[in-house]
Amino acid sequence: MIANNLPALLVVLPLLGAPLCLLFGRSRLAWLIATLIGWLGLAISVALLLRVRDGSVLHYAFGGWAAPWGIEYVVDPLAAFVLVTVSLIGALVLPYAWRSIEREIEPEQQALFFPLLLLCLAGLLGIVITGDAFNLFVFLEISSLSAYALISLGRDRRALMASYQYLIMGTIGATFLIIGVGLLYSLTGTLNMADIAERILPLTAKNTLRTAYAFITVGLALKLAMFPLHLWLPNAYAYAPSAVSAFLVATATKVALYAMIRFIYSVFGVEFTVAQMHEDWLLIPFAAAGVLIASIVAVFQHDIKRMLAYSSVAQISYMLLGIGMFSVAGLTASLIHFLNHALIKGALFFALGAVFYRIASTDIDAMAGIARQMPWTMAAFVLGGLSLMGVPPTVGFISKWYLILAAIDKGWWLLVMLVLASSLISVIYIWRVIEAAYFKERPAAAPSVREAPLALLIPTWLLVAANLYFGVDAAHTAGLAGEIAVRLMETP
Amino acid sequence: MDLQAARIALALALPFLGALGIWLSGRTPNRREAVTLSAAIALLLTVLSLLPAVLAGERPAWTFGELVPGLAIAFRVEPLGMIFALVAALLWPINSLYSIGYLRGNAEKHQTRFYIFFALALFATMGIAFADNLITLFIFYEFLTFSTYPLVTHKGNEAARTAGRVYLGILITTSIGLLLPAIIWTWSLTGTTQFREGGILGGYLDGPLLGLLLCLFMFGIGKAALMPIHRWLPAAMVAPTPVSALLHAVAVVKSGVFTVVKVLLYTFGIETLQGQSAADWLLYIASFTIVVASIVALRQDNLKRRLAYSTISQLSYVILAAAILAPLSLVGAALHIAAHACGKITLFFAAGAIHTAAHKTQVSQLRGIGWRMPWTMGAFAIGSLSMIGVPPAAGFLSKWYMLVGAFEMQQFLAVAVIILSTLLNAAYFVPIVFSAFSTPRPDDAATHGEAPLPMVIALCTTAALTLLLFLFPRIPLQLAEQMVGYAP
Repeated sequence: MIANNLPALLVVLPLLGAPLCLLFGRSRLAWLIATLIGWLGLAISVALLLRVRDGSVLHYAFGGWAAPWGIEYVVDPLAAFVLVTVSLIGALVLPYAWRSIEREIEPEQQALFFPLLLLCLAGLLGIVITGDAFNLFVFLEISSLSAYALISLGRDRRALMASYQYLIMGTIGATFLIIGVGLLYSLTGTLNMADIAERILPLTAKNTLRTAYAFITVGLALKLAMFPLHLWLPNAYAYAPSAVSAFLVATATKVALYAMIRFIYSVFGVEFTVAQMHEDWLLIPFAAAGVLIASIVAVFQHDIKRMLAYSSVAQISYMLLGIGMFSVAGLTASLIHFLNHALIKGALFFALGAVFYRIASTDIDAMAGIARQMPWTMAAFVLGGLSLMGVPPTVGFISKWYLILAAIDKGWWLLVMLVLASSLISVIYIWRVIEAAYFKERPAAAPSVREAPLALLIPTWLLVAANLYFGVDAAHTAGLAGEIAVRLMETP
Repeated sequence: MDLQAARIALALALPFLGALGIWLSGRTPNRREAVTLSAAIALLLTVLSLLPAVLAGERPAWTFGELVPGLAIAFRVEPLGMIFALVAALLWPINSLYSIGYLRGNAEKHQTRFYIFFALALFATMGIAFADNLITLFIFYEFLTFSTYPLVTHKGNEAARTAGRVYLGILITTSIGLLLPAIIWTWSLTGTTQFREGGILGGYLDGPLLGLLLCLFMFGIGKAALMPIHRWLPAAMVAPTPVSALLHAVAVVKSGVFTVVKVLLYTFGIETLQGQSAADWLLYIASFTIVVASIVALRQDNLKRRLAYSTISQLSYVILAAAILAPLSLVGAALHIAAHACGKITLFFAAGAIHTAAHKTQVSQLRGIGWRMPWTMGAFAIGSLSMIGVPPAAGFLSKWYMLVGAFEMQQFLAVAVIILSTLLNAAYFVPIVFSAFSTPRPDDAATHGEAPLPMVIALCTTAALTLLLFLFPRIPLQLAEQMVGYAP
């Protein structure tokens, strides 16, 4: 009974857990429930991945209503892969958050944190698992609305402005998406993504279809912070509480990216997107510009959280490059980076959160000389940074390897140089932090601090360990990503 | 896992475990130093135990695992790697002895950190020496860069930080910007990155594209310090002298030229390169580096900087010898890796001993110092002879093979360069030795004697090794001949 309903449980558990947590307020019980749900979610995702590892597809009719009428949940290897990524980060953020939010959220608002985070998690998992275009929009709104609220919990008053900015941009994106989905419905009379994919095959010459496509891609591009639609992201991630930044950077934009892959490859099909809509002409130039410009902007940031936020824009552009190549190699690179970037940025934001816990700032000047007082935290930051640069044996290297390989296969040498240039720029901005933390003296007025508590260090180091482990033994992740890429390219 | 594979694994594990042991025993200096020395000696014994099999023509191999499908982290001991591993493993215990004397004599801070990263650098060096494919080599190559960064910036002051930036900046820019794409290009062409006798690129590329790939590889291997990417080497001289000695005379720079030779031999293949005019530039750029670096060395008054530029010039000997593409000159290249290591480490040891005992760093201050520090300056003289290439020092042997190879291929440019640079080498080393043993200035009020005993023992040992390598070159010679395919 439970085994058959796993797809539903994955979304329903956090959805029900959210009000439950609210009932317990600021007590430790709320945290325990949320963490338990987070870990259950991870277990369910892994179970689902194991079930579809052979390439099969799980269909789950929600409430027993068969596909075209009811909402269908579909778990194929791609969905399972993303589910595991998202719930893994969720499962690590929740235990981390307990100590982290103590310092970063006003006491009277702390009760809101766990319910909101669970809602956001439910929304993100729902986007990934659903097979229904309208349902996808609903989940997108659930996750986005809770994300706006989560960001606004930040103590810095600028968090409110950042959240508002994100709200405006995000709502435009969501509106575009729903307009696109509406057009598709008017054209095909169905909201089931697999059905839409079948029925639009004879309709590819219709302007309505093209309009729908344009609305959907631009809407999702806003949500996933594709350059130059990324303007909401740096502020949102810089002023949100650290646990929120870590969670959103590793999952929210990724899931929007997943939705984009779904629409481009599975619903509209490669044939239509490339031959008629020339999606590659849209993605490659903007992504290339994003890789370079966002990296350069990152170098000039004083706030390290902001710096990492810009770096995320560049890293998302890496994934868009892979998607825009429309080749198995490119898609493989993109999917591997999907997981890898979550691990890298998760580790870095966790380490920064630990720094913030002690010195209440992530400004580069405030972090001067901090490595002597917080050696473990900064060592985690260094390892995460090495992974971001793409130094072997870390996951960052694996990502870079596949992306460059894909570009060479296409013969795009300019792109190869661009990717390499951006990783060299990442050396510069990471090393700024390392030099400040290790070589400079602590500012005279700064109080002496201790190492971060274990409750923060353990999740951080778990992610660092994952960075190293999947950097040495990438056979499984790369193999899975390769298989998924082949499937996606095959679908009509 | 058979016995030979276990030995490879052990050779990699020992320095790593050594680092761990040093960290754990960091509070008691004596125990910490004992751990360093025992790890070093155990490593030497392990590497030696691999030697008979390799001499007998076996190629012990060990696969650690697969990074991604088709890309393995694998090790295989071939003759060139054996020479390199032997040199590094032989000099580490001696260097550790020296480090103990130097760090205590100069009361350096953060000694535990120093020993930890030193051991980690040796771990990386072993990985490079035994790597069976480009990807494994690249992983350890990068590891070496990062593990030596804390050593270069050991002093932690502004000068060290600036030097660290140059060091890391150049090495990382070249390795990520040039070497990595070269490796991925090779993989994309051939579907393998393994080192194979005869090379893997034959038939895949020729003409200008081959020249371009060669260019990516040669400048990508920044540790080989071909001009114009040599600046990191003099910059790294801010490090404490033991670091300059082992890392910038042996491990780091030799990893560079070792990789160069390995790529030329086993990735491109000598036959692929012969007759490709697009590959000629390597000979010219190596010649240029040899001559120009020697001239720059001539003008340096700081002893360590002079040694640094001499290293740049000597490294290009190895590249030049490999670029001649004659079997005999390749033998010379392999021998020079060993010969230069022994000679240059002696010179650096001497420079550090002078700094510790007399607090002098400039060449112009050394007049008459030989009478106070006879052992140190005697060893320095032997090291100098090896650099110049005069018998009875090891440098003569390698130069001999290079010259014979150059004549065989009728590369008269190379012959001219070797002869010219020999003169230049003499011009910047002989005066130091002469002034050291001339009468001290009358106003010289120095009262110091020799440096601490461990340092003197260390530098005399390496000087003796330089002579022994000339007198008994059988083992490295056999290995080098195996490398180019002569019957043993």
